[in-house]
Amino acid sequence: MSDKHLPSSSRRTFMLGAAALPLALAMSRMGHAAALPTAQVNTTGLAVTDTEVIVGQLHSATGTMAISETGSIQAEQLAIDQINAMGGILGRKIKVIKEDGASDWPTFAEKSRKLLVNDKVATVFGCWTSASRKAVLPIFEKENGLLYYPTFYEGLEQSKNVIYTGQEATQQILYGLDWAKKEKGAQKVFLVGSDYIWPRTSMKIARKHIENFQGGKVVGEEYYPLGNTNFNSLINKIKIAKPDCIFAAVVGGSNVAFYKQLKAAGITGAKQFLLTLSVTEDEMLGIGGENFEGFYSSMKYFQTLDNANNKAFVEAFKKAYGPKAVIGDVTQAAYLGPWLWKAAVEKAGSFDVDKVVAASPGIELPTAPEGYVKIHENHHLYSKARIAQGQADGTFKVVAESPELIVPDPFPKGYQ
Amino acid sequence: MDAIKTWLGRSGLASIAILAVLLLVVFPLAMDTFRLNLVGKYLTYGFVAIGLVMLWGYGGVLSLGQGVFFGLGGYAMAMFLKLEASDPESTKIQSTPGIPDFMDWNQLTELPLWWEPFNSFGFTLFAVVAVPVLLAFSISYAMFKRRVGGVYFAIITQAVALILTVLIIGQQGYTGGVNGMTDLKTLMGWDIRTDEAKTLLYFLTAALLLGAILLCRWIQLSKLGTLLLAMRDKEDRVRFSGYDVSMFKVFAFCLAAALSAIGGAMFTLQVGFMSPSFVGIVPSIEMVIFAAVGGRMSLVGAVYGALLVNFGKTYFSETFPDLWLFLMAALFIGVVMAFPNGLAGLYESHVKPWLARRKQAPAGSGGEPPSASTAPAAPTVPHTTTSSAAAPAADIHLGAKVSSQSA
Repeated sequence: MSDKHLPSSSRRTFMLGAAALPLALAMSRMGHAAALPTAQVNTTGLAVTDTEVIVGQLHSATGTMAISETGSIQAEQLAIDQINAMGGILGRKIKVIKEDGASDWPTFAEKSRKLLVNDKVATVFGCWTSASRKAVLPIFEKENGLLYYPTFYEGLEQSKNVIYTGQEATQQILYGLDWAKKEKGAQKVFLVGSDYIWPRTSMKIARKHIENFQGGKVVGEEYYPLGNTNFNSLINKIKIAKPDCIFAAVVGGSNVAFYKQLKAAGITGAKQFLLTLSVTEDEMLGIGGENFEGFYSSMKYFQTLDNANNKAFVEAFKKAYGPKAVIGDVTQAAYLGPWLWKAAVEKAGSFDVDKVVAASPGIELPTAPEGYVKIHENHHLYSKARIAQGQADGTFKVVAESPELIVPDPFPKGYQ
Repeated sequence: MDAIKTWLGRSGLASIAILAVLLLVVFPLAMDTFRLNLVGKYLTYGFVAIGLVMLWGYGGVLSLGQGVFFGLGGYAMAMFLKLEASDPESTKIQSTPGIPDFMDWNQLTELPLWWEPFNSFGFTLFAVVAVPVLLAFSISYAMFKRRVGGVYFAIITQAVALILTVLIIGQQGYTGGVNGMTDLKTLMGWDIRTDEAKTLLYFLTAALLLGAILLCRWIQLSKLGTLLLAMRDKEDRVRFSGYDVSMFKVFAFCLAAALSAIGGAMFTLQVGFMSPSFVGIVPSIEMVIFAAVGGRMSLVGAVYGALLVNFGKTYFSETFPDLWLFLMAALFIGVVMAFPNGLAGLYESHVKPWLARRKQAPAGSGGEPPSASTAPAAPTVPHTTTSSAAAPAADIHLGAKVSSQSA
């Protein structure tokens, strides 16, 4: 009854079934799987015993970011439960120490130190905003920890101690703009974003791509403070500029006001082409399908993706967290974290951070809900880009997909 | 012997000595480096809290914008450390090596002129105190000369906190924006991230804090302290006695700002980054809570308040990651409802009389009913003649009289 000899194609279906199997069965498997002694798999004093490996989970369970990060917390927990049901990693069950970053960057720093120094966790799954990642990064580098970071972000970073399971900026932007030009004839583009590093960097890349590579024109570029809820002046500027394409990276609570006010001003999906980098199924809950209907979003994952991996994932997620649960791009990327770590640990035959890091480039995950992914040497993932159109019921209809996996390039030449 | 005891008791040095032993001996022996570093971080809030004791407890001026000065001090220190961490060698991956990374991300190609002085450590130390004090002086001078006070002043300090947050976030090319200034590594070549450095910085923080408490205590016991109290209770009488009331308030505000700024600078050194999340309204109000929990008339109490609230925050959030905010709320509500004068008030109203009774007991008069000394001074006859507005004022006055001579 060991899953070790199953062909890899049926492995995933087994894994999902295993979640429902009695615990005793999983326990009995562990005995013979724990072939490697702890002294061998853990030479750096991590919290690994013969039966258990402790990992950390560091997200905001409270505060303004909780609404976004809850999906990541749930997805990571689901992956860990599924891995445990399969017998764990190197015969050891994963035990999670959960810490709350409380949407506060100094708290993230404090808690990451606690996890690495006090708890000696083997790895951490966590962070969401760039600010929280920037706050913990020096600590992970100093203490030689390992972080799986799930959010799509601005790039311009590459650390030995971080595996980025979301997209860096070029993976999300370039395909989307090319598609907009080809399919929608977008020549005049209006850029709008919230005012912080991710939209600024994204729009810089977008402008270079439009002006230098597409021969198009940027007819406006506007930034609004985080949390801004008044977009009337922006809407006037859009009406005057008459762009073929609004390219948006408005985040958080501003999103809701932005789309509601666009609709109120008569700028709807039926009349205006809009492509955003920042609306997933999670944001859609707040915005409301009727306000986003007909607009487009560029992501690597949508809940409606039609493949066997994703169907199994969505089913397991809804079973665990209720039929109303939605899965956004970041939630799926967070789900990859534990699986990528498992693959790297098994390849390295060790929990030691240095060995896991060394084993990580080239790790493949054919069972990913988004399809096949692979870790690049720069610690980002090869993944596809997808464009989907918002529907009135709050779901997305995928309309395009990059034919090839897009190579991650956190320091894009020609876009600096 | 008794004379020394009385003097110690009167000047509050005994409680300061107890705090010193706790900070310099007990904590370092009882805790590992990680926990000690956390306490060091809490102590930096202690600077803000004692500043608030001087400003709010003694001066009667409530500021809801102390985060501004904490942040300015912290940012000044962070700018120096960031420049040191941005040498051309370690930033060679950038388009413009040798400038801080966030400037490069925001397409700046050279260091702004006003950043240049922060290459000098001497100037940085000066700026840590001078910049916040200058800002505090200009705000408070403008307000107090116009006799803006009370709740209006508190609102203005909140506005300043909001303005500075927006400014820092908006000018991300110069300030690092929402992310703040991160990845600070060395102080003049000395790696501040090692365990030894963290321990040393802890002792430095504790020593500076004790020094600050002594300074404030000295001010409290001087004529200046008496005048601050007098001004708080009856501002007009002090003014009619010929004193320039507004300048005393300006002084108290600048003192509190300087203390907060030193706390901010020590925070940056110990935590290794600075972000706008310390500058805004919410952290500023949190800092007032430290002083309120500890007791706003007591310097030592305020430090205990900062320690207790932050210990609680860390402990609850580590132990009950899903419930901890509720527990913190319960702590605040509990303290404010049960002991309106904070921990120090609890000491004054319960522990002190109990100690006094214990002292008296060996003398034979243990049967004395304690009601006379401990019962709250509730009037037995209803004040039909006093207006409702006067009653709380009288209450505050009484509380202040009881605790004004404690440290």
